[in-house]
Amino acid sequence: MLSFIARRVLQAFVVMAVVSLVSFSLFNFVGDPVNNMVGQEASREDRLQIREELGLNDPIVIQFARFLGNAVQGEFGLSYRIRRPVSELIAERIPATLELVFVSALVALGLGIPFGVYTGIKRGTFASSTVLTVSLVGVSLPTFIIGIGLIYLFAVYLGWLPSSGRRGVEEIGWWRTSFLSIDGWRSIILPALTLSLFQVTMILRLVRAEMLEVMRTDYIKFARARGLSEQKINYGVALRNTLVPVITIVGLNVGGLIAFSVITETVFQWPGTGLMFIQAVDFVDIPIMAAYLCFVALIFVLINLVVDILYFVIDPRLRLSGGR
Amino acid sequence: MKTATFLKGAVLAAALPMLIGAASAENVLRWTSQGDALTLDPQSQNEGPTTAMNQNIYESLVKRDWNLVLEPGLAESWTPLDDGNWEFKLRQGVKFHDGADFTAEDVVFTFNRANAASSDFKEYLKTITEVKAVDDYTVHIITDNPNPILPNELTSIFIVDKGWAERNRVVEPQDYAAKQETFAVRNANGTGPFIVEQRLPDELTVLVKNPDWWGLEDQPHNIDKIEYRPIKNAATRVAALLSGEVDFVLDPPLQDLKRIEAADGLGVKTVNQIRTIFFGMDQGIDELRSSNIKGKNPFADKRVRQAMYQALDVEAIRRVVMEGQSFPAGIITSPGVLGFTEELDERLPFDVEGAKQLMADAGYADGFSVQLDCPNNRYNNDENICQAAVAMLAKIGIDVKLEAIPKSEHFPKLQNRVTDFYMLGWGVPTLDSAYVFDFLYDSEGSWNVTGFSNARLDELAETMASETDLDKRAAMIAEAWAIAKDDIAYLPIHHQVIAWGMSDKLDMPIVANDSPHFRWARMN
Amino acid sequence: MAREEIGKSEAAPASSLETGYERLGFWARIADNDVTYSFLRSPLVMAAAGITVTFILAAVFAPLVAPFDPFDPTQISLWDGKLPPAWVQGSNPAYFLGTDDQGRDLFSTILYGGRISLLVGFAAVFLSMALGIGLGVAAGYLGGWFDAFVMRLADVQLTIPGILTAILINGIARSVLPIELRDELAIYVVILAIGFSDWPQFARVTRAAALVEAEKEYIQAARVIGLRPFIIIVRHILPNVLRPALVLATIGLALAIIAEATLSFLGQGVPPTTPSLGTLIRIGNDYLFSGLWWITLFPALALVTLVLAVNLLGDWLRDALNPKLR
Repeated sequence: MLSFIARRVLQAFVVMAVVSLVSFSLFNFVGDPVNNMVGQEASREDRLQIREELGLNDPIVIQFARFLGNAVQGEFGLSYRIRRPVSELIAERIPATLELVFVSALVALGLGIPFGVYTGIKRGTFASSTVLTVSLVGVSLPTFIIGIGLIYLFAVYLGWLPSSGRRGVEEIGWWRTSFLSIDGWRSIILPALTLSLFQVTMILRLVRAEMLEVMRTDYIKFARARGLSEQKINYGVALRNTLVPVITIVGLNVGGLIAFSVITETVFQWPGTGLMFIQAVDFVDIPIMAAYLCFVALIFVLINLVVDILYFVIDPRLRLSGGR
Repeated sequence: MKTATFLKGAVLAAALPMLIGAASAENVLRWTSQGDALTLDPQSQNEGPTTAMNQNIYESLVKRDWNLVLEPGLAESWTPLDDGNWEFKLRQGVKFHDGADFTAEDVVFTFNRANAASSDFKEYLKTITEVKAVDDYTVHIITDNPNPILPNELTSIFIVDKGWAERNRVVEPQDYAAKQETFAVRNANGTGPFIVEQRLPDELTVLVKNPDWWGLEDQPHNIDKIEYRPIKNAATRVAALLSGEVDFVLDPPLQDLKRIEAADGLGVKTVNQIRTIFFGMDQGIDELRSSNIKGKNPFADKRVRQAMYQALDVEAIRRVVMEGQSFPAGIITSPGVLGFTEELDERLPFDVEGAKQLMADAGYADGFSVQLDCPNNRYNNDENICQAAVAMLAKIGIDVKLEAIPKSEHFPKLQNRVTDFYMLGWGVPTLDSAYVFDFLYDSEGSWNVTGFSNARLDELAETMASETDLDKRAAMIAEAWAIAKDDIAYLPIHHQVIAWGMSDKLDMPIVANDSPHFRWARMN
Repeated sequence: MAREEIGKSEAAPASSLETGYERLGFWARIADNDVTYSFLRSPLVMAAAGITVTFILAAVFAPLVAPFDPFDPTQISLWDGKLPPAWVQGSNPAYFLGTDDQGRDLFSTILYGGRISLLVGFAAVFLSMALGIGLGVAAGYLGGWFDAFVMRLADVQLTIPGILTAILINGIARSVLPIELRDELAIYVVILAIGFSDWPQFARVTRAAALVEAEKEYIQAARVIGLRPFIIIVRHILPNVLRPALVLATIGLALAIIAEATLSFLGQGVPPTTPSLGTLIRIGNDYLFSGLWWITLFPALALVTLVLAVNLLGDWLRDALNPKLR
């Protein structure tokens, strides 16, 4: 068990090292870092001095080591555009993204799993094929089109909900939350719904596939032969056995939500990390881009790690075979 | 379970907006526009939206009322002295937001600050040789020659507290083109009606009422708090107004004005703005940076500039792109500015065939390529105007590549002079043509990035500043405009019409310089 | 795992029944095929195939079909801007679906835009397929640290949704490029970004097939007599991965089309002077409230219809080619 986890942790480190190398190269090879700091008028002496101060004259290996050291502490320097520490900017915007992802995940799981189980069990009925067809339409609708549609319907046509932005924000320490006010909830509904719709269809389809797989296994056939009620088979035996894949799904789901939050945040002007990233790309604001890259990679590696470990804990077969 | 709670919250949230609205006692004014102020430093960027934000925080010696007539600001009165200089009597008992007293030394300090190398306001002060504090509340402004319009030129110079600036090491303005960051960029300490509570650039700016503002008695606004959030996307911006999320949109998309008018509880105010939109071309450089023509500069040939001018169908731009909310311009200054005349504003005719002939005469029958730099969050439908121009110039063989970027990237390109062909809009805060010559036509003008240089025009710009005989001065302005117009240094497009979208709850006069003055606002 | 069954059905036809099947002609085989059977039985799938083919043809022949060339600025007249579709009052019958804000014919622009969408889609899928299959074969054949590295990389990338990888790669590539080249190279950057984001699935399938082959006796025999088994493996693997790769490619095509539209919608894709469907929707989005609904609606409908059709095909292919679900 320990060796399995150790191996996974090691792999996680390797991945992070590769990602840091990419973001380090971004820093050093995209544009001239000095130019980005001092502007055109600076004299040659100024430039040389800044090069020296920034350590740009050191060997590349040392520079990379220093970059890693700073990155581990969350330091990515100053944003070229806003001139503030990137760590501060990300910390400011993380709550918005995480709250959005959290609410969307609840919606996605709350709708996706029940529908998935249902369509898995009642295979071929009219209701379940309708759900499936609708879900296919869901997969085919790009997130931004869903967003535009929802804004049009709920914010403009019906006028029920705000169309954009994050309102009703309260502060708990440094965490700025929109969970404590009705305004906050009102503004999170549309983006969260937009973000979750694609995931609902994905989860639905994955859970359905798992259910189909499980229903064809021998132990379900035995359970039937032993005369267990359909109810018990479906929700007791079968659903429990889909638990492992569902954990993966949750992991994938959170990952997918973070990915699509870039788009959703842009459509709804939700002030999270995704919107910040897109703006940074517009301005070629390398420190923010590099930091976002590392941040996203870290989240995904962590999710992966947790999922792997949970797998191991839940599925006894994995434990017996030593983790492979 | 959690989902159920969430849904309950959602239902509750949908049902209760009215209650919430009634519950908050203070008047919060929420507004938006496409692009944020570039900086809070009052001497760093001479840009409309930046000034519009800062004038709610800072104040100048002389202000304008909503008809743009001069009125006392931090100076209670001003009188010309016998020797041609000016005396300003300052308002007493005024305090900066941090509690410091406003005195003459702050005025002296501010004028020095506005004259620093990194200041974008030097042209306003070019006639001033010295600012003297006679006593704590009297200032003498010494000019090299008598300057009759000096008070007009001071409306954009916001007074900064000397002590505050020294403590926070912002004695010199932020160097914006070099992307410098100083304390004054995100913090402010003025004497104005509102105090900065929070400043997150491009995201949120919160101003709160200055309860000690000296003008409250005469101009009693009832705004307790102002929340500003820029929304770049046009549809999102108008949606925010329609859904009641904001009370005021400075620049609603022109195509949506009808819809806003039709909506319950919303209205539109329009006024002809004092701002002209135009294209500039670098005609001074030897070889364009982005062109396929090497070794010479097509823009240096007046025939090329005239061909481009006559290829632009500004009437189509007015009707289709601007939804009628503009009027074609012949010079870069608008009605209402001293020196403007209908004759000057006449355009050369739109004439594609003639333009082609001019191109051929200039030796560019096959055209050439060039990049057009365009802001995408500054002027009304700026990017769309540029796109339309691309198609129009293509018809005379000019292959234009469009680079539309946010204004905070666009303006430094101009100031660092790395653009061949660009869009710019120019307003005239002094309401006097001299301002336009100083900034845009003078060889040394800080926003003359075309390399245009005309000795006679330079001389006129220099001498009109001190000409006290108003008839003579008018003749000089007319002559300068004739030169400027004849040389086609710029390609004027149109004068903007501004439209403000606002909720009926808000009562605020529209001003032709497109600056919302929240000190005149009332909410009910 | 599915790979074993796929391996069996393709590589070793043994029973007499299948030998008889072999004797039929090519077209007859297709007609008698299970896949064809299930295709002909489902009108929905047939409709999807029809739509997809129509889109492809329309895109390929856009210069012939489209009444205007929207990418040629000399053909655009601003005076024709913002015209509604032909059946609405105030329209110009020359512009069947109306015009956008610059006076471009919407129908032509959708055709040309669909061309970009499909071009990017196919090129990106081809790229990820080539990359995935190449790396998969190499990983399966070489094994060792290379295999471990490639597969771990694939694992990580699989957990990151393709669209995010594409946005990241695209963003980074754009910032590397000098501004002058950004618009010119935009389409290639988009293809690379999307292509690089979708290879792991192909790599996994191919590697699995390669591992199965590598264990086969004839490979062992080839090794013994000193032949280089690499070519043999490649020759045996490719048919085996054909089916799953086809399914993956179809689904990948839909994803790539969405990815391109999304990038363009975010303003990170092809420039507005050569609009793709995503760019058109972004432009139309500015006019959402002003009654110019056609600028958004038609490109959005075209996009959704295309993606839905491709998705339906992919869905059906997966079920039809998966022997387990029959």
